Amino acid sequence: MKRFGVFFAVSALLFGMFAGSAMAGQIQVNGSTTVLPIAQAAAEAYMEAHPDVNISISGGGSGNGIKAIIDGTTDIANASRFIKQSEVEAAVKNGSYPVPFAVAVDAIIPVVHPSNPVKDLSIDQLRDIYMGKITNWKEVGGPDKKIAAVTRDTSSGTFEVWEEKVMNKEKIMPAAQVVASNGAMVQSVAGNPAAVGYIGIGYLDKSTKALLVNGIEGTSKNALNGSFPVSRYLYMFTKGWPTGEVMDFMNFILSDAGQKIVAESGFVSLR
Amino acid sequence: MTTSLKEDRIPRLVIMAVASLGVAIMLFILYSLVRDSIPILAHVTLSDLLLGIHWYPTYDPPEFGMLPLLVGSLSVTFAASLLSLPVSLALAVFLSEVCPATLREILKPVIEILGFFPSVVLGFIGMVVIAPWMVTNFDIITGLNLLNASVLMGIMIIPIVTSLAEDSLNSVPRDIRDASFALGATRIETVLRSVIPAALPGLMTAALLGVMRAIGETMVVLMAAGGAAIIPRSLMDPVRPLTSAIAAEMGETPFRSDHYYALFFAGLLLLLLTLALNMTALWIESRGKRWRS
Repeated sequence: MKRFGVFFAVSALLFGMFAGSAMAGQIQVNGSTTVLPIAQAAAEAYMEAHPDVNISISGGGSGNGIKAIIDGTTDIANASRFIKQSEVEAAVKNGSYPVPFAVAVDAIIPVVHPSNPVKDLSIDQLRDIYMGKITNWKEVGGPDKKIAAVTRDTSSGTFEVWEEKVMNKEKIMPAAQVVASNGAMVQSVAGNPAAVGYIGIGYLDKSTKALLVNGIEGTSKNALNGSFPVSRYLYMFTKGWPTGEVMDFMNFILSDAGQKIVAESGFVSLR
Repeated sequence: MTTSLKEDRIPRLVIMAVASLGVAIMLFILYSLVRDSIPILAHVTLSDLLLGIHWYPTYDPPEFGMLPLLVGSLSVTFAASLLSLPVSLALAVFLSEVCPATLREILKPVIEILGFFPSVVLGFIGMVVIAPWMVTNFDIITGLNLLNASVLMGIMIIPIVTSLAEDSLNSVPRDIRDASFALGATRIETVLRSVIPAALPGLMTAALLGVMRAIGETMVVLMAAGGAAIIPRSLMDPVRPLTSAIAAEMGETPFRSDHYYALFFAGLLLLLLTLALNMTALWIESRGKRWRS
């Protein structure tokens, strides 16, 4: 479960704050749970090479991360969306200037139960399912069974990509189930033969079946060349132009070694 | 004499200071809850908030209808109470009136330990065990629904209510039972006609505390209730109680946005609901004292 990881990370951060606040080379990282695996793996590798630097990471969501940049309580904010205009204004008003770095590409893949014979849905079909216009799998070439559409919380970054790339200004029907994390999405789709959901490419495993979108497979290659329609950039925001250890850490993530970690964490690397 | 009075004063002052600090913190929490929930009323009318049926907080324009969330909270709590209160009261009567002492010494700690069961574990059981089982055995589209969450929440409040109810049954004086037996009443007549009426205020307080626990519960409903912001028509519909909306949405909400204020307003609603129940419990207790004396 993703949530355990979040709690663990938060307590790790608190511990880090009390235990290591006097140490030099302290980097605070906060924000999106989508970017969390990248930040964690990169921080581990970086701290191994630089034992004097201590990086503490927590994942409270993109909004919380950017809020921490605005308040000046973190050095790096992970975000699965770009910063909003209102947030930039609030940050500038508080005297901090958020600088964006695109660190990876994330593809959002629609998934169904492995027993579902449906292989390919168009963007329009996905939209109609989530609007409640298509309610039975037989309308899209499946068995005669009602569709259980599962969506993410309206404030999650994953939802925002789905809304932007698939829903095209239409509202998701209120009757769609809502789950709070990618991990919970995998659990609920794997446990329900009638379900359809969507997850970040890093969460694909054998327990769910990935669908093609408009006939295009959701692979790293297709996400990077832009042909897969449901993909997005992932960002890290720094508090002002980075200096010292923070700059060094950002350089490491954007280096070949860092991008290899991005790929190993299940995302699409920039190169 | 005067010196000992002086010495008494210091601990008294310390205790007063600590106690008033606690009260001050509670008042501050209440103040910040009210302060951050009032601004939403500048953009949305109270009737749209409480009676609106569309919860689309992040769309443009946003809609903040909390009726589905409110109904979600109340329906899960109601169903959980319906399932668990009779069981817990029966269990309490069994423990206090029927159960042999040796068995009781085992059962009571076991039930009390069950009360500390982490709700996240129950939610996880609902997600990976009960939900798939419900989907394969009933003709429904999702196993994460009102019934699933209510059953788990019922399991969660049974130990709390049982333990409190048992305490209040135990505090009924021995004389009442003896008098009843002396008048020729059987054991079941004694329990139903004498012990339960005497313990009634305590039993009702126990039940209300259980209901309060259920209204405020977050993890179980977040994981097992399905999270759809609709007004449920059957036990198999997914629901989104106020608590799970706050827990799931607060982390990704822009600071001091309308959505942020609306979530604080939802928190205030929850507080008012539990406050109302608490007042009822207090009232019942004071009535009970008057009956007894």
